[in-house]
Amino acid sequence: MTVHPFIIGLAQLALVLFVAPAFAGWVKMVKCWFQGRTSPGLFQPYRDIVKLFSKDVTLAENASWIFRFTPYLVFGVSVLAGGIIPILSTDLPLSATADVIALVALFAIARFFTALAGMDIGTAFGGMGSSREMTIASLAEPAMLMAVFAVSLVSKSTSLSQMAVVVSQGHSMLRPSLVFALLAFILIALAETGRVPVDNPATHLELTMIHEAMILEYSGRHLALIEWAGMMKLFLFTVLGIASFFPWGIALNDDLLSVLAAFLFMLIKLAIVGIGLIMIETGLAKMRIFRITEFLGSAFLFATLGMLSYFMLE
Amino acid sequence: MNMQLASQINSLLAAMILLTAFALVVQRRMNALLHLFAWQGFLLAVSTAIVGYVGGAHDLYISSVLTLSLKVVLLPYILHKLIVKLRIHKEVETVVNIPTTMLMGIVLVIFSYHLTAPIRELSTLVTRSTLAVALATVMLGFLMMITRKHAVTQIIGFLAMENGLLFAATSATYGMPLVVELGVALDLLIAAFIFGMFFFHISTTFDSLDVDQMARLKEED
Repeated sequence: MTVHPFIIGLAQLALVLFVAPAFAGWVKMVKCWFQGRTSPGLFQPYRDIVKLFSKDVTLAENASWIFRFTPYLVFGVSVLAGGIIPILSTDLPLSATADVIALVALFAIARFFTALAGMDIGTAFGGMGSSREMTIASLAEPAMLMAVFAVSLVSKSTSLSQMAVVVSQGHSMLRPSLVFALLAFILIALAETGRVPVDNPATHLELTMIHEAMILEYSGRHLALIEWAGMMKLFLFTVLGIASFFPWGIALNDDLLSVLAAFLFMLIKLAIVGIGLIMIETGLAKMRIFRITEFLGSAFLFATLGMLSYFMLE
Repeated sequence: MNMQLASQINSLLAAMILLTAFALVVQRRMNALLHLFAWQGFLLAVSTAIVGYVGGAHDLYISSVLTLSLKVVLLPYILHKLIVKLRIHKEVETVVNIPTTMLMGIVLVIFSYHLTAPIRELSTLVTRSTLAVALATVMLGFLMMITRKHAVTQIIGFLAMENGLLFAATSATYGMPLVVELGVALDLLIAAFIFGMFFFHISTTFDSLDVDQMARLKEED
């Protein structure tokens, strides 16, 4: 029995919307276990989002349309990215129109507007957060593109679906370029999703926060959308990593059974990635902000070495 | 083990050797540097053994064991003893601007790739593609000796350079003659002892192993 690619695309959008909070909850749960605390449960993020939606929005007097528009844009961009990344199947209706460079640009649009919104109100924290975020972005984006290019050299295409197909049919994982690209991708994903060595998602400590500082003035449904988009971003980076480096189990055709199997494989991989993420987070302390250039510099180094070793060693 | 798998494993090991070379260039802590150096030696020993197995050059096993005992165990041990004795084991060296050094390293890698490209075309060995990495490791050892100010880290850079040379020899011609390798190993051992004595002299004269201090050695005018 076959499923229409369009339906798979819709299923992926639903997956990004409704599994992302559970994944964020799973990461929190594992973190609590590692620190010997009682966890709030897998479904706490859903409850948080529902609570925030039922609250009123408090807007600053001088908030412009950018401030009000940004949450919807960030949310929309995250959902759209879910249609581009091959999560369940490589046969997606959007995969022909948007490749991985478009995906990086989508994330850049969301970040640009979040930074604008942080400065829009004119508070000190917002401006500081925006400045830090853009500093990190200027270092992370070239590294991200280089890492992606290393993978697309192997698959001879920048289309994510094509990359997933080639890597899943590849005869060996022992390619040095992919190993380097994976290392680079892990570092970049930690920086982009604001996890521990770069930013701490759990605190509002004024001296260290980056992402939280930009969205400090949001409330009600705006905050709900931004928080939800944040969870989706973590989920999207995870599935992007899975699709480019460990795509085994993904459906290569439109068969219903293989799509369902791909769903199960995805859940298993997500659980493993969540544990790995927390092991990295527990093992590391948050970095001083001036060390981040070195952190992302080494990500760039890994990505470049990945590209070079494709030419040198393969 | 078939040829293709062996060559893939060898490429992966080459990539990891390159990675340790970069890590040596940017690492600040003394003890971590020693560990990285030992790891590089270990990877080199494994790679040499695999090349020996695939190429049927069985004297490479001896070279591999020599590398393992000398560069993974003995030299790091001697350097560690020295570091503890001279009380610099907690020292954190200031390195000139790490991101810039990394970029310079990348340029060196590209340079050595271009330099070895004609040899790649000529050679028929399984290991021919790792020659560029070997040359890059030598260059990165050079870079480390230039950018560091501490005598011990300069020595580690020198030893890393020697690792690169050995790797180049195995990947270009399946290793040097055994006599040469034995001679080099002995030389290294002697060098390590001489370095040790120099360290003692430098540190008793200047109370520090920072080679910038040696600028004071010139005559007064």
